[in-house]
Amino acid sequence: MVQKQVKQQNVIIKGTKDGLTFVLNDQCAFDDILEELSDKLSERPQPQENDSNVVKIKLVTGKRYLEEQQIEQLQNRFTEQIHAVIDTIDTDVITKHEAEEMRLDNQVSRLARVVRSGQIIEVLGDLLVVGDVNPGGTVKASGNIYVLGSLRGIAHAGMNGNREAIICAGKMNPSQLRIADVIRRPPEGEERTGEEDMECAFVNGENQMELERISKAGIIRPGITDERIG
Amino acid sequence: MGEAIVITSGKGGVGKTTTTANIGTALALNGKRVCLVDTDIGLRNLDVVMGLENRIIYDLVDVVKGDCRLHQALIKDKRFESLTLLPAAQSKDKSAVKPAQMKKLVDELKQDYDYVLIDCPAGIEQGYKNAVAGADQAIVVTTPEKSSVRDADRIIGLLEKEDHVSSPRLVVNRIRPQMVKNGEAIDVDEIVSVLAIELLGIVADDDEVIRASNDGEPIAMDNKSRASIAYRNIARRINGESVPLLNLYEDKGMLTKVKKFFGMRA
Repeated sequence: MVQKQVKQQNVIIKGTKDGLTFVLNDQCAFDDILEELSDKLSERPQPQENDSNVVKIKLVTGKRYLEEQQIEQLQNRFTEQIHAVIDTIDTDVITKHEAEEMRLDNQVSRLARVVRSGQIIEVLGDLLVVGDVNPGGTVKASGNIYVLGSLRGIAHAGMNGNREAIICAGKMNPSQLRIADVIRRPPEGEERTGEEDMECAFVNGENQMELERISKAGIIRPGITDERIG
Repeated sequence: MGEAIVITSGKGGVGKTTTTANIGTALALNGKRVCLVDTDIGLRNLDVVMGLENRIIYDLVDVVKGDCRLHQALIKDKRFESLTLLPAAQSKDKSAVKPAQMKKLVDELKQDYDYVLIDCPAGIEQGYKNAVAGADQAIVVTTPEKSSVRDADRIIGLLEKEDHVSSPRLVVNRIRPQMVKNGEAIDVDEIVSVLAIELLGIVADDDEVIRASNDGEPIAMDNKSRASIAYRNIARRINGESVPLLNLYEDKGMLTKVKKFFGMRA
């Protein structure tokens, strides 16, 4: 017991207005953290039975990578002892796999040809088509889709559920537009002249798809701009 | 060493066989050695259009199976010494031939001819794969109909994946100038802008084509027909000449001709 007091603390608890922050030592063994956490939590007052407020917890893990199962172990302690949930995890490290996925999700894949009938192009991240998408052709991306030519086929942006994604086209003449789970067909019998300016499609506050001039894209979705350029 | 050109469309009934017969005839008119190969096994037509049906003894499947030698199956055209036809089998189906066999056959033909024109069956299955296997170039035939353009687009997509085939060229067949003028049919410019490939030629719809086909006499033999001139122009473009496209809306009235002669706008 004497030793423990000399030693650096493995778990530091800070109270903030949003809840509790737990800073975990990233050098010691995980079991030590669990042990110390239990000790510290047991020192805290038990929550009242009728207390409906759930305490939100932020974990700061430094350079320690927490496995799914380790997070579960921590969560169990919190639930049992102070009736709290892990809200966010602030970490300095991610796995290679996550990093790769993140890289793919943020990259722009370029394609310089016509996407023809029956062809399906699917990418992670943004898709830039230097050419047309013909009727019967499909382009899908987890991010945004930009078609420099004429979009006459189907475009599905934010296919993994990202409703913030947009679809831009030099000539917007699609057979169908999809953003996440929102689908829009061009109105029946309304032939577009093809003379319209470059346009972008996005999902508005009412979960309806809307078309706007391309110059509005940056205002509707400021996140499209690369921070490096500003 | 000649060149093998596959004539394809995806959709049926747009005029692949007619186009093959007429381009072949027009090339032969220009003094080229041409072999027409019908790969539509089970539904052969090219022999009928060429009027050579009753001369068939052996066919493509016989050659591939080794039942006869290649030159035995080749049928000489009635009109040109330099034009021959390799007919398809009528009793078998598409699976009787494999792409590799087809390629070998076409490579052999290329030794003796300037052009080997391969008439492709409709569809994108086995028959299409056979027809494309030996080709160096491709001609995609379409009509000014949405469904036909859509299928042409699909076929172009498939052809672009074939490394041995250079980028396909387009023939727009059966154009009805009056309908295009009235905005009822798709304009050639629109077709070309959607398909985004080089336009090799346009052929107006002409009753004469059907009549000629029924007579077993390709329209390209006719000196006067507009369709014939269109096919001859296509043949010249294949030969590398640059020939302007025919004006579909030409008014044949005397006054127009006089105006044109004086350089006035018709």
